[in-house]
Amino acid sequence: MHSAAPNPWLSWRYVESNWSEISHQLGIHTTLTLEAVAIAFALAFPLAVLARNVRWLTRPILGTASVLYTIPSLALFALLAPFTGIGRTTVLIGLVTYALLVLVRNILTGLEGVDPDIVDAARGLGYSRGKMLFAVEVPNALPSIVAGLRIATVTTVALVTVGVVVGYGGLGQLMFRGFQSSYRAQIATSSLLCVALALVLDLAIVAAARAAMPWARRRRAA
Amino acid sequence: MSIWADAWTYVSTAVNWTGAHGLTRPTFDGGWKFAHDSIVALTIEHLYMSAAAVITAAVIALPLGMALGHARRGGGLTVVLSNVSRAMPTLALLTLFAASSIGFGNRAVIIAAAIFAFPPILTNAYTGMANVDVDVTEAAVGQGLTRLQVATRVELPLAWPLIASGLRTSAAQTVATVPLAALVAGGGLGVIINTGLATQAYGQVLAGGVLVAALTLGVDAAMGLLQRRLTPLPLRVGARAVA
Repeated sequence: MHSAAPNPWLSWRYVESNWSEISHQLGIHTTLTLEAVAIAFALAFPLAVLARNVRWLTRPILGTASVLYTIPSLALFALLAPFTGIGRTTVLIGLVTYALLVLVRNILTGLEGVDPDIVDAARGLGYSRGKMLFAVEVPNALPSIVAGLRIATVTTVALVTVGVVVGYGGLGQLMFRGFQSSYRAQIATSSLLCVALALVLDLAIVAAARAAMPWARRRRAA
Repeated sequence: MSIWADAWTYVSTAVNWTGAHGLTRPTFDGGWKFAHDSIVALTIEHLYMSAAAVITAAVIALPLGMALGHARRGGGLTVVLSNVSRAMPTLALLTLFAASSIGFGNRAVIIAAAIFAFPPILTNAYTGMANVDVDVTEAAVGQGLTRLQVATRVELPLAWPLIASGLRTSAAQTVATVPLAALVAGGGLGVIINTGLATQAYGQVLAGGVLVAALTLGVDAAMGLLQRRLTPLPLRVGARAVA
């Protein structure tokens, strides 16, 4: 490790001369994360509603999701790779699988936490089941849903890096190549970008949630 | 479905379990290391690395979390720690260690895994102690118990279900993290997957995935059982990890 050539942790020259590759992997990392969370949410929402409405399905749905969540990421990619091949699809399926549990659990907790009086009032006003769900229950469950989205997004950003085992790890590719060549600047830059990406996406969700829940802001101000 | 057949062949071949030359290999400096061609040796190595990481984390996180929870201070710190550890990729820490003076191999992996095992133990120890009903601790003080006695005889037993579930979460998570060691020249069951991928032996990759998943689920179940056995009967209901 003690070579004569300088091997700094942070080097602006590295960033400048490799920007096209860094931005390419950063783009892959970002789109992969957003796509995975979006797909996971599209699956988790109906599952959570189903788990809420059909009582005997609650335990099987949550149980299956937690068993899937317990499987180590490397093992999951290993289980998928022989069938879905090396590359994007495998990583995407793995990421969706992990985001699923957090989302289902938080959406379910949110829906179950809605004040029964509010639901009663809406029923008295003649709300249909669909309208009740989207106009009354979901807005009331939003804080819990947003909390789930934040956890799912941040963990997904970190998990993408494990995709290196199937050759598609976004910034993880850079970390791994930096490891293979003991190139400190490459490892440190990609690690920092990874944490920064998680932070930026997290803040973006918080900002979007604030915009979507003006009543929460007013309540806090009052 | 020849991949499943290949996986079965790999798992049902005796030499893959015992290793071609036994469970250990001599190293050039006269020591020994676990043989990486034996499922048994890799499993033992995997469990040893996980246990070392969890114990290291627990030795620091348990007293710290309990002290902070008893004083009801530093709740913000525990939240920040668990959030940061969620955003930090394991691979980033492993590769950063490898390029630093810590180096790579099992020791670096144990340190990295211990860092990730730390937040759940700390958070649960803190929450468990801090959430004990103030009336209960006040009653204990009124009966003449010292601060230390309140902490160890009143708060600790009441906080135990949460502390135990923090240890369980942490252990399961660590067993699931250690496979990544194979990416940075470490040991454990991840080696089977990594070698399989490198040699395009997908049956072996599948077998490795099943073995790692089974070990994780097994450790999680065993820790759950232990947690139940060690929890006093009246406290067994409603113990769930907070992180």
